[in-house]
Amino acid sequence: MDQQQYQQIEDQITPPTPYVKNVLKAFLIGGLVCTIGHAFTYFYIIFFNFTETTVGNPTAATMVFIAALLTGLGIYRKIAQVAGAGTAVPVTGFSNAVVSAAIEGKTEGFVLGVGSNMFKMAGSVILFGVASAFFVALIKLILVTMGVVEW
Amino acid sequence: MIFLDFFFAFLIGGIICVIGQLLMDVGKFTPGHTLSILVVSGSIISGLGWYQPLIDLAGAGATIPITSFGNALTQGAIAEAEKHGWVGVLTGMFEVTSSGISAAIVFGFLAALIFKPKGKAN
Amino acid sequence: MVILFKTKPSILACGSVAGPEERKSVFYSYFDAVVEDERWNQKTNEQGQAKMIQEACEIIMNKANLKNLDIDFFLSGDLVNQMTPTNFAARELASSFIGMFSACATSISSLIVASLLTELSASEYAIAGASSHHNATERQFRYPINYGGQKPATAQWTVTAAGYALIGKHNPSLPSIVAGTVGKVIDYGEVNPFHMGGAMAPAAFDTITAHLKGRNQKISDYDLIMTGDLGKIGLKILKAMFAQTGAQQNELDVFRDAGAEFYGEDEAYLAGASGAGCSAAVYYSYIEQQMKSGRYKRVLLCATGALLSPLSFQQGETIPCTAHAIEITME
Repeated sequence: MDQQQYQQIEDQITPPTPYVKNVLKAFLIGGLVCTIGHAFTYFYIIFFNFTETTVGNPTAATMVFIAALLTGLGIYRKIAQVAGAGTAVPVTGFSNAVVSAAIEGKTEGFVLGVGSNMFKMAGSVILFGVASAFFVALIKLILVTMGVVEW
Repeated sequence: MIFLDFFFAFLIGGIICVIGQLLMDVGKFTPGHTLSILVVSGSIISGLGWYQPLIDLAGAGATIPITSFGNALTQGAIAEAEKHGWVGVLTGMFEVTSSGISAAIVFGFLAALIFKPKGKAN
Repeated sequence: MVILFKTKPSILACGSVAGPEERKSVFYSYFDAVVEDERWNQKTNEQGQAKMIQEACEIIMNKANLKNLDIDFFLSGDLVNQMTPTNFAARELASSFIGMFSACATSISSLIVASLLTELSASEYAIAGASSHHNATERQFRYPINYGGQKPATAQWTVTAAGYALIGKHNPSLPSIVAGTVGKVIDYGEVNPFHMGGAMAPAAFDTITAHLKGRNQKISDYDLIMTGDLGKIGLKILKAMFAQTGAQQNELDVFRDAGAEFYGEDEAYLAGASGAGCSAAVYYSYIEQQMKSGRYKRVLLCATGALLSPLSFQQGETIPCTAHAIEITME
């Protein structure tokens, strides 16, 4: 049996990715996570005098805290198995990536384990966030200098 | 209309997650690749000036997904570039530290103090 | 490459130990010991795994009435970097030791080497087997334990278990090893680390076919052909491969897979169990006991191993796989 024949058998038997189901679950749970976040924005605006432009920070921090707790208790992982991108894409997923790696590194000590491993998975998000911000701002600056666009 | 406000948070947040799910399922990207793509996308959309309208519309539906991290950094860099030119491009990003990152670091550290990973399936 | 063991070394005793999650295994009642704490009350998962290996060996020595010094060879491996849990357990055992790595096929490759040493009369008592630890393995090969990555239906759950067998001279009242096949490394281009069954099935097919051909046997000569940890989907693929080469349904029923059955029908474990300790703990508890009770007279155990590392995956390499088989009979 050659590789191509095998590929056929394997594809026939391997259950297909449930695209529609996965997308639906990601939409509902991801939407729900954002709605909970939105409730916090109201909470911080009404009770802590935040404005609509400044409320993003405490909201994100609160969501990160909740995700950290659920990660530590081993619950986030179970929700994520159902939600997929619905829990990976919100900032809670970033928290889960950082916190799970941090907890995992504990047996190697706080410097070599927790410290060095914390950004094992979330590090690429920071790299590409910062690098793309740099280039986008640079391009904008060039375009403004050339008079193509305005600030 | 407070209901409509929440509806848009749900809708936009959900749609961004769906894009992430499609990147993973159809594009066969790892979660790391998917989130990196989303962050860069957020940054570019921000540079085009389209991210703020999204936040105005959806609130947390646009600030909670990881795309907003790219937006926050880009807005910081652009705002400083406007004031200080070339130098601002670099320094601007450090002005806007994302609360998501610092919160994740602090809570990650605290969680490591408290929790132990347990391998249970259900 | 089929090896015939003319002196028919016997499996004198077995020891199997499993972690707390493995209470949910359908093979649970066959294990010698199940521990409440997944770290075996040690500081790290890796130390816990070493303890688990030691415990399995101690169980064997107690059963066979032997002491550390009576064991001539210890042949074993696991999945952790540089196999430290096995190496550290070997430090306590104080026997001559060869660390072996065939990923999840180590449960059988170690048995083949132990049988060879016994056949050569170089060894009177040799302990062979393998172990895996869920937490220690997952964090190394995939993601941290509490990371929320969505796993596909083809993913398998690495078990926390150790299975070891004591190999010695032929004893007609015990299961005996008559032949073994050392597998080649087969790579059909699978790249998905969450579809091990699909990656490993061709290796199992190749080794089982080679064994049957070398021994001039048919599938129906066996009461049971049990693969290691192809999982539910991998086992289906293997059966489909044999079906395509003309095997009938009654012949396909001879095939079983330790990983596919390990956690029963519980969907939380997706396609089933995996890990070097999965096949080892099932072979060296359930299979040994079933053979001793006379239910099976001739069994082919074929453990499969995916020879990938996190680095090779990140570097875009495909997943090469191997499978080793051993034929055990009961008179």
